[in-house]
Order: sequence, then structure tokens, then C-alpha cells
Amino acid sequence: MTPSLGGSEAMRYLPLTASDRAEMLGVIGAADIDALFADVPAEARLDSPIAGLPRHASEMAVGRHMAELAAKNLSAGNAPFFLGAGAYRHHIPASVDHLIQRGEFLTAYTPYQPEIAQGTLQVLFEFQTQVARLFGTQIANASMYDGSTACWEAITMAGRITRRGRTVISGGLHPHYIAVATTMARFTGDVLLVQTPELTAAPDDAATIAAIDDETSAVVVQYPDVLGRIPDLAAITEAAHSKGALLIVVVTEPVALGLIEAPGTLGADIVVGEGQALGVGLQFGGPYLGLFGCREKFVRQMPGRLCGETVDADGKRAFVLTLSTREQHIRREKATSNICTNSGLCALAFSIHLTLLGGAGLGRLARNNHTRAQAAAAALTRVPGVSLLNDSYVNEFTLLLPRDAREVVNDLAGHGILGGVSLGRLYPGETDLHCGLLVTATEMTTDEDIQQFATVLEALLVDTHEGAPT
Amino acid sequence: MNAHNPSGWRPAMPLDAPPGQHAATSSGDRGLMLEEPLIFELGQPGTCGVDLDEPEMAVLPGLARYLRSAEADLPGLSEPEAVRHYTRLSRQNYGIDLGPFPLGSCTMKHNPRLNEKVARLAGFADVHPLQPVETVQGALGVIVQLADWLTALTGMDAVAMTPKAGAHGELCGLLCIRAALEARGDAREVILVPESAHGTNPATAAFAGYRVESIPATIAGRVDLGALEARLGPDVAGVMITNPNTCGLFEPNMKRIADAVHAAGGFVYCDGANFNAIVGKVRPGDLGIDAMHINLHKTFSTPHGGGGPGAGPVVLSAALAPFAPLPYALRQSDGALRLIEEDTAPADHPQGLGRMTAFHGQMGMFTRALSYILSHGADGLRRVAEDAVLNANYVLRSLEDVLTAPFGASGPCMHEALFSDEGLPEGFTTLDLAKGLIDEGFHPMTVYFPLVVHGAMLIEPTETESKSGLDRFIASLRHVAERAKAGDPALKSAPHFAPRRRLDETQAARRPVLVWEGWT
Repeated sequence: MTPSLGGSEAMRYLPLTASDRAEMLGVIGAADIDALFADVPAEARLDSPIAGLPRHASEMAVGRHMAELAAKNLSAGNAPFFLGAGAYRHHIPASVDHLIQRGEFLTAYTPYQPEIAQGTLQVLFEFQTQVARLFGTQIANASMYDGSTACWEAITMAGRITRRGRTVISGGLHPHYIAVATTMARFTGDVLLVQTPELTAAPDDAATIAAIDDETSAVVVQYPDVLGRIPDLAAITEAAHSKGALLIVVVTEPVALGLIEAPGTLGADIVVGEGQALGVGLQFGGPYLGLFGCREKFVRQMPGRLCGETVDADGKRAFVLTLSTREQHIRREKATSNICTNSGLCALAFSIHLTLLGGAGLGRLARNNHTRAQAAAAALTRVPGVSLLNDSYVNEFTLLLPRDAREVVNDLAGHGILGGVSLGRLYPGETDLHCGLLVTATEMTTDEDIQQFATVLEALLVDTHEGAPT
Repeated sequence: MNAHNPSGWRPAMPLDAPPGQHAATSSGDRGLMLEEPLIFELGQPGTCGVDLDEPEMAVLPGLARYLRSAEADLPGLSEPEAVRHYTRLSRQNYGIDLGPFPLGSCTMKHNPRLNEKVARLAGFADVHPLQPVETVQGALGVIVQLADWLTALTGMDAVAMTPKAGAHGELCGLLCIRAALEARGDAREVILVPESAHGTNPATAAFAGYRVESIPATIAGRVDLGALEARLGPDVAGVMITNPNTCGLFEPNMKRIADAVHAAGGFVYCDGANFNAIVGKVRPGDLGIDAMHINLHKTFSTPHGGGGPGAGPVVLSAALAPFAPLPYALRQSDGALRLIEEDTAPADHPQGLGRMTAFHGQMGMFTRALSYILSHGADGLRRVAEDAVLNANYVLRSLEDVLTAPFGASGPCMHEALFSDEGLPEGFTTLDLAKGLIDEGFHPMTVYFPLVVHGAMLIEPTETESKSGLDRFIASLRHVAERAKAGDPALKSAPHFAPRRRLDETQAARRPVLVWEGWT
């Protein structure tokens, strides 16, 4: 049941008192509150609180109700945890969450009055620089909704630049990112050449390159790909550019870039990504933040907010939202995107975490992840019947199981283990992939987690073998 | 005991202009006015504020050819340096926690801290979006309970929960309309948008593949019903209407508009940005609306965070409900919670749009919004709308003798009071009043929007301002308006007391500097 208070009229978030209301109605010259709603047609006006819904409730009662709901979830910290596939569990330094709860950050609006928003604006300028350097691009924007929507925005941006309408999407792109692009392309008329990944040790570079032709606007490649493999960006760049197409690289795990080369350095024209892994918790999928970097010459085709450096009337360095002539509030139906926000607070969390790490710390974090993943892969492939698909990965890899991995994942959860993401969940229609299990290990993954996972997996698969016809 | 105080001055009393001379400081700081360098000027690439093991194992041989040639060129700070950097920066921001933030159409209300606390419960904050459904029943419970409230408060049939922000919700609603029209083999090309609409409306319609046509406003600030009806026809897919509209006025003809659009075979999209004015007082479903996004960060108080993240669930009529995007959470008749994804959609939600975002939407905002809604209850939410409208009318009537209220004569406003720059003396603009308010210690109102009013000033106090707080704001805005009328030249160069004076925005756009370019 949802909480509700008894007869009390008090409501802790509403400061007006009964006498305030009476006095204010007098100033307005209205007989009562309903006189202020006179424009609402009488037949549509509600005369009392909507029936069947609870009344207001105390902080204590609401807190209890929400805690009961939270307790119905198995949280990652209460189980050996191996999920990734676009959302990653890393240690977030305690100072990050403390700092983003500063009221001046938390309760500020979009910095449209820059004289009293330099805190947010300087953070955005620092964030843009961090993202550009992480991606190896010349510029970056002030963030977007998430990685999947940033990916679609990149596809439309490439279409504006190349004036072509066909996009080659590598089979290594996260299927939910493909799904977002497919949803949108159905209505915009963009043609997407979508591929399904093959369960091979090497990524699908050859198939991707083979699909590029003179009509191709852009090639979209995830790095590392959804199965954890590392595509050869230099080769795909060359193939794309030789046909006049742009290369869009998607990064869902930015920690990996502490170890492998930055996509922009390898020739990517637009690099987008999901920034959640740094500073932002799992939160059942949101809010996250989209990262978006590109070549400087494309800036006026770029979607999203941009923060730039300038000076004030006293000649002091200052920051301001700029190039808004691309945006909907100026351009209306001719804007580069309909987006009206960024993911400011998540960008702040990302930026603080990356500032605490620095380039050296990011590298060490990535090596740490890589080491944990190798330990997990070694232990899990010792389980009879289990083999490793990848010959390259950073912190996420694909195991091949002797039976449907979706069932195995559910069985593991029954034993209190959150044992990865099955390819059956990600590709329900592709039965050839259903033996695949995507496993992620990070600096949070302990030896005990790995041992428990391996032990229970072995027990589950032994049951399979015993039950299977010979 | 009070200290001896010859002037008798205390906070909230007027203060004379300061002397023109300041003492020079060697630091560039002035007392608690603290300047802060960039992280790139403070930190070093080798510094790290996180203790991490240096692993012993080698890099996988198959990875060797992909390794970085050098570490990322990113500065690091120790924890004390980082805490100080961001704390110092935060003090250059204005937030609701410091005072009123009366941005019209933005609904900057108090952000209850209970909501921050519950969003951080491990059962919500530390749950992966792709965990087995049996392990996330509480998360689905939040989504379904919030969806139940949103449909009950709006009188609609269903809600698409995944859109990430208001404009994303608009896109979802328009795609549902387009899918519904296509399902009946009806290709329509035009979306009608009133000229007072927020810029996202035409941008969204264009992004959804529609041609946008504008509908004029009447002199009373409402949609011109005659012009709208004259334009309706077999090529019109629908209209996008903001109600209450961006002039802060209710559209009294909403039902008639909806009936006319439906009769012509189109759909009605309502921009729900201003739902705070009517929550608990009117259900949009009773006005004939087919789709409306709800900005959880406005009406339901999730923090704006300096520009996002937002959240924009879309309530849908029965005609559009089958098209809600995946994934889609629902309560079965036996009470169990289900998640419809690609595997079961062909059977259970066959007409649904695919995904509009990778996962389940803004879960962190859902927990906050549900906590807010449960705290208020049906009675408290109704009072929210009443107090928001009362506060706005109080501001309207307390300022209309010093500022021009273009629609003031047509009756009460809803949750925001609109003024124009008419009557300001030659050389003074809306921007000058806004910047003057900054010196008074307030965040300014929305300026130059809506576009249908010259030099617009749109003031939305929200229900969480006290009467005494409003009185202080009103007194300050009166004072600034009177300075303009007296021709005070110092107002033209305001603000004088903020962390920065007016910025050179032209230079920023002409020669964009978007990243720090040192060290290379």
C-alpha cells in the first residue's frame, strides 16, 4: 500500500499559510482560488482531489515505502556481479556524489544567465576538453541524453555533412543503439545497412568494409564492440574515407580508452559514447550522459549545447553557451536537433571522476579492469564446456556456453549471482547467438566473486550435461 | 544580544552604491569572492586522486596492437584539490537553494532532499538495466506506480516512460501519432504549431519528418481558433499546443480545438511543460488530448542540475497507447510486473515503436518523482497548482503598475506572469532589467520568450516561494524598473556585483574556443 497521512492539512513543501492566501487573493481582487481558474471550462474542472489516490504523506512514510520497493531489487553490491553491455559498475569516489549535491550545482538551471552561472559553465568547458582529449577529437559538446541517442544524432549529423542518406552499421554496435537508430530512421527516411554480429574471435571489420560504397554517408563502429572485441579502426577509417564516407565511432565503456588508442587519433570523424562508466552509477539505465566529439570543421553541424570561452566587460576570462544559432530556440524547425538539454549533472559527475583519475589514473584503472577480466576469463573457461570467443578485449568478453545463455543467467540469478548479459536477451531473434554470454569484470570484481561465479556455473552446466541426451 | 551598529543596517535593508575604489589583492580573489583556475591549469597528468592497485598481469597478446601510444593528456587532482576546485566553482552559481529562480516555463521549484536520499538507495542506484527481470521487481514497481499516477493525474490511458527529456517526449508523441496514421494508411505531412510555441515544438516536428506550419495568436494571447480550423484538412497530421500556453494563459477553447482536429482526422499533441499550473485541477485527457509529455524535472521537482538530466514520460490516449516505445513495463492482471522487450513485443505489443533510448528511461528521476508525488498526494498536488497560480497572479497584480502586462486585462494568469518592455524608456531593455535583478541577488525571469510579446519577461514563481520571499522579489523588480524609468545609466552596465559582468557573447560565437588548448 502507498503511504498517506490522516487529517493533517500541513504540507512540508508549501510555505503559503491560510492567512497568506487570503491576503494575496485580496491583492489580486479574486474571491477565491477557483476564480483564478476561470478560464478552465467548468465541465473539465475538478472540484476535489482525484478520487482513489492517496493523500499527502510524511517524509518518514514515503521513505519507508520507497525503501520497501528498493529492497525488492537485487542490487549489484549484494551479489557477484558481471554485467556490462553498455552500463558498467565502477568504483565512484565518495567525493563525486558529495560534490554534485552542492545545491549550487544540483538546483541550478541551464546557464542562460552566464554572470551567475560560471560554475556550471566552467565545468562544461573543462568537460568538453576532457571528452575531446579522451576521444582524440578536436572538439566535444556539453553532453547529450545518453550514448544511444548520441549515436543517432551522429548519424543525422553525418548525413547533413555528406548529403548522403545511407549508413553502414557494423554488427558490433550495441543492438539497443541499433534499435534506437532503426526507430528513428523509419520516420526520417535514412537508410541503415544493419548487420548482425558473427560469433568469431575477430570483429566484423571485413563485412563492415565490404558494405561501404559511394552512397555511404557514414560507417558506425563500436570500439570495443558489443562482444568486447577491438575493431581495427585504422583500416575501417581508410575504407570509409576512400569512398567519401565519415567514420562514426561509438564508445560505450570510456574506461577502455585508458588502455586502447583514442578513436580520433585513429581517424574517426565523429566519436560518440556513453559516459555512465565514469562518475555515474548504474541506476537501472538512467540518467546517463551522451558524449559527443568531432572534427572542428563540423562544429556548425553539431547537435547539442556548446560552451565557449570569452571575456566579460572587465576583461576577465568567462564562459558562455555559444553557437546557439544551431539550436531549436533560435532556429526552430531548421535546427540541427530538437534537443533542448544536456545531461549537466551527469557531465559534472563524469568530469569530477575523470579529474580525480587524471590521465595516469585512467590508464591504471583500465589496466586494473583488464587484469580482472583476464582473471575472470581464465577461471570461467576452466569450467567444462565453456570457451572464450575473443582474442582481444579490455574488460568485457564473450563466453560460449553449451546451452542457451539466457536460461543460464536466470539460473545464476536464482543462486544469487548476476552473471553477465546473455546474447539471447540482446538478440532474441538470432538463435545462432543464444549460446553467447557477455561477461564484464571491473576493479570492483573480487577473486571471491569470480570463484563463486565459476563454481555455480560449473554446477549448473554439469546438471545440463547429466540431463542432456548423449 | 545585538552588536553596536551605528547605521542600523542589517540584511534585507537597502544598501548604497559601494565606493568606486577597491583595494587591490595579489590573489585576484576578494574575500569570499573566489576565482578558480581551470583543472588544466591546476593539475598534472601524473597526479591521481584515486588509489588503485598497479596490476601485475600482462596485457593480453591480442590487445597489444591496439594499445595507446601515450597516456591520455588529462590532468589529475588529489581529493583535497578536487573538492576545493568544485566547491569554489559551485559558489559562482545561483541555484534554487539560494533564492527564487523565477524562470517562466521552467518551473524551478524546491527540490526536496528526501528524493535525493531515496534515489541513492542501493536497490535503485546500484541496479543494472539488463539484470534478470525477477531481480528488478522493485524497479519495475517504481516505473509502474509512477505510470499509474501519471495516467490518473492526466486522465489518459497509458504512458511511455522512456523519453529522456521534454523534447525527447515530444518526439515520442509525434512518432506515436505518425505510427498511428501510417497504421491506417494515412500519410499526412503537416504539423500545425502556434507561433507562441517553445522552439522545441517546431524542431521536434521537423525531426519527426513533418513540415511545420505556424498558427497565429489572438490579441488575447490564445490560439486563433478560426485560423486553426481554416487550416485543418487531410494533410494535417496534428497540432502541437501548449496548455497552459507560453503566455501563461489557459486555452479555454482546448476541447473545441481538439474536437476540430479529431474531426479532420488529426491528433492533438499537448506540450505539458506547464502542467504544474493544472495538476489536480484539470485532467488533459478530459480536454481531448492524445499525447502529452510531462517534464518530471518541472512539475515533479527532479533537480535541473545546471541543465539536465531531465525526464519526459508521455501520456497517451487509447488511440496512441498501442504505439508506445519499447521497453514497456506493465502490471499484469494477476499483479505481477512484466517488462515487454523485443522478445515478447511481437505477441504483446505488436504495434509498439522500437526503442527511443537504450534502456528504461530516467530511472533516477522516476524514483525522485514518485517520492515527490507520494509526499504530496492527490490533495497536495492540487494545492501545488493552486499555490503556483496564486503566487503568479500575486506577482502579476503587484507589478502591473510599473511594468506592462500585455494580457493583464484579459483576466487571471495561470502559473506565470507575462510582461513586455512596452513603456520602458528609450535605451533601456528587458535585458537591463534582468541584469539589474542579478545585482539585487535574484535569478532573473525568462526573457525574450515567448516571441509573440516584445521584450517578454515571463515570471514563474512556483508554489514553493513564500509570500515574504515574493514580496522581496517584487520590491527588487519594482526598484529595478524604477531605475530604468529614472534613466539610471548604471543599470545599462549591470550586473556589477556578480562573479562576472556582461559577457562578450559575439566574440564567443565568432571565434569559438570550445576546448582548452594548452600543453600541446
